[in-house]
Amino acid sequence: MSGLVQERSPTTGDEVIENYTINFGPQHPAAHGVLRMVMELDGEIIERVDPHVGLLHRGTEKLIEHKTYLQALPYFDRLDYCSPLAQEHSYVLAIEKLLNVEVPLRGQYLRVLFAELTRICNHMLNIGSHVMDVGAMTPNLWVFELREDCLNFFERASGARMHSAWFRPGGVHQDVPLKLLADIGEWCETRLPRLFGDAMSLVVDNRIFKQRNVDIAVVSKADALAWGFSGPMIRAAGIPWDLRKSQPYDVYDRMDFEIPVGTNSDCYDRFMVRVKEVYESAKIIRQCIAEMPEGPVASTDRKVVPPKRAEMKSSMEALIHHFKLYTEGFHVPAGEVYVATESPKGEFGVYLVSDGSNKPYRCKIRPTAFSHLQAMDFMAKGHMLPDVTAIIGAIDVVFGECDR
Amino acid sequence: MAEVVLHPAPRFGSHEGLAGVFERALGARLLGTTEAHGEFILNVARDSLVEALHLLRDEHEYQQLMDIAGADYPSRAERFDVVYILLSVTRNHRIMVRVTAAADTPVPTATVLWPNAGWLEREVFDLYGVVFAGNADLRRILTDYGFEGHPFRKDFPLTGYTEVRYSNEDKRVVYQPVQLAQDFRQFDFLSPWEGADYVLPGDEKAAETPPAPTVDKPKTTETPAQTGAGAKADDKADDKVSDGAPAKDEAGVKAPDAPEPTENRPDRAAREGGARDTGPATKPENEA
Repeated sequence: MSGLVQERSPTTGDEVIENYTINFGPQHPAAHGVLRMVMELDGEIIERVDPHVGLLHRGTEKLIEHKTYLQALPYFDRLDYCSPLAQEHSYVLAIEKLLNVEVPLRGQYLRVLFAELTRICNHMLNIGSHVMDVGAMTPNLWVFELREDCLNFFERASGARMHSAWFRPGGVHQDVPLKLLADIGEWCETRLPRLFGDAMSLVVDNRIFKQRNVDIAVVSKADALAWGFSGPMIRAAGIPWDLRKSQPYDVYDRMDFEIPVGTNSDCYDRFMVRVKEVYESAKIIRQCIAEMPEGPVASTDRKVVPPKRAEMKSSMEALIHHFKLYTEGFHVPAGEVYVATESPKGEFGVYLVSDGSNKPYRCKIRPTAFSHLQAMDFMAKGHMLPDVTAIIGAIDVVFGECDR
Repeated sequence: MAEVVLHPAPRFGSHEGLAGVFERALGARLLGTTEAHGEFILNVARDSLVEALHLLRDEHEYQQLMDIAGADYPSRAERFDVVYILLSVTRNHRIMVRVTAAADTPVPTATVLWPNAGWLEREVFDLYGVVFAGNADLRRILTDYGFEGHPFRKDFPLTGYTEVRYSNEDKRVVYQPVQLAQDFRQFDFLSPWEGADYVLPGDEKAAETPPAPTVDKPKTTETPAQTGAGAKADDKADDKVSDGAPAKDEAGVKAPDAPEPTENRPDRAAREGGARDTGPATKPENEA
């Protein structure tokens, strides 16, 4: 065919259809938020994509400069509102690194446990919406059940379903009830594998799902490194890079888990890496519950962590510490650190500059989606228009985090 | 550093011997290295930034550019810091490369090395106004279309200059100067005993007093003798005369007593009991 007829733009009669530009978003259900993409199309083939981000820019980093270290913490819940605790994790670790404060083992275990629960919660939303973006309805409803379970666990630990503000510099805010740990353990054994397994059995070998995802947006190892990919995006490219393993923080070095990697580096691999990660996270949660020691959940350094209310009733010193920490806050030694953790979406980093006062001088947040979305033009080029939704779904982009 | 690591932050490869390695590799391009809080920072000359980053990427295996962070230090001549955060996935190590810049001194672009530097540089340009020479697409990225100014500079107010709302009369979104229902309140929790280097309101005179002289041994009052009281001190009491004290008679003459009363008050009859004299004055008039 191609040997006989020279390839030309598709024509109707005598009129040549030229490339045209469309706006995808900013209010498109498959854009996962306020993403506007100016797309140049040749028929249904994408020639060029220009993503416009920043429509949800709230100036979080500037606001943080005007708050004390503790007051700035809840902003991190509101960045990537699908994985709130994972964002807090980077921030509290950055403060702890500057302060060089020790965190009790139980606090570290609790943080790892809830970071992994957050990972499951995040992947439930992403897997569900990715599946729905390419046409399937049922699995999304099923995995949302599990997401609801996770949010209930967060509520029982911190009192808030989403914006927990539960990780604190020096540990976690409160200890959890024993029944909660028992329930999470049971949930990981029974409900999660059954419901998630059921939902995934509908998807992973589904012909339509594979047609929409296999060989879409293939990225080579070299490109994945050059574009600053991280998280499931870089693991799908076949690079076994996971900060929990390679740069362990808290008690991740005590955990036994596998890093799933992709072989083909397409949207299907990215999806499957997340599916496998859910099971690995459940494994980590079970280990945390089994190994978690008794003890304090937050540092007893009263110059960083405020005392409990009961202690304040009898101790004048505790009362003074409480008052000072909730008004002035603690002072952080001058210096700068960059701390990155493996958030469910990839490397979430915090570059924190302190001038020695009680407020951060500069807090630069390294969002995961920023680099991934930047590669949109490079990944989508030559694909069809409907593939864009699959690519966005596989990136796992949330604009609260991308735009900050 | 010799400091004991207590914190549970991510642990990656050691910085040991790296300062020498980078000094040899980068030569004059390297202005200095900083190692603090477990971070390794290379200060690099702005003009040779791209060569330095190129060497780090290709010779020293820092494959990934994770982020470019801007920071503003208005008191400096070159007020901006541009910090490149590099990651080596093979050596499992992170470093930061820092250059300084002013608003009118462009930083060479890193897009020739990493494609993802494009947006990261756009962000620093948008928020701080640092110009990147060679970046072909240096549009604003996070702020609104048509935004003016660079909001993350320290001299840009937190509230900004314009506010946006939907006008029901005009049936469109309107931009207008920001109006605050109450002043933006910035609480200062810094303790006046430490850290505060400004004059507190109502405490202007305190700033003029010279600092207290330093003493080698702090004075204590643990024994009665140390209080300075006693007969010995009483004897000496007359030796010292303060400035405002009244002049003393040198001959030791007794100071005059209080003068005799000069008034000659006439004798009055003693008041009799019952205090009748105040009666009419305190009675209501209609009863009188």
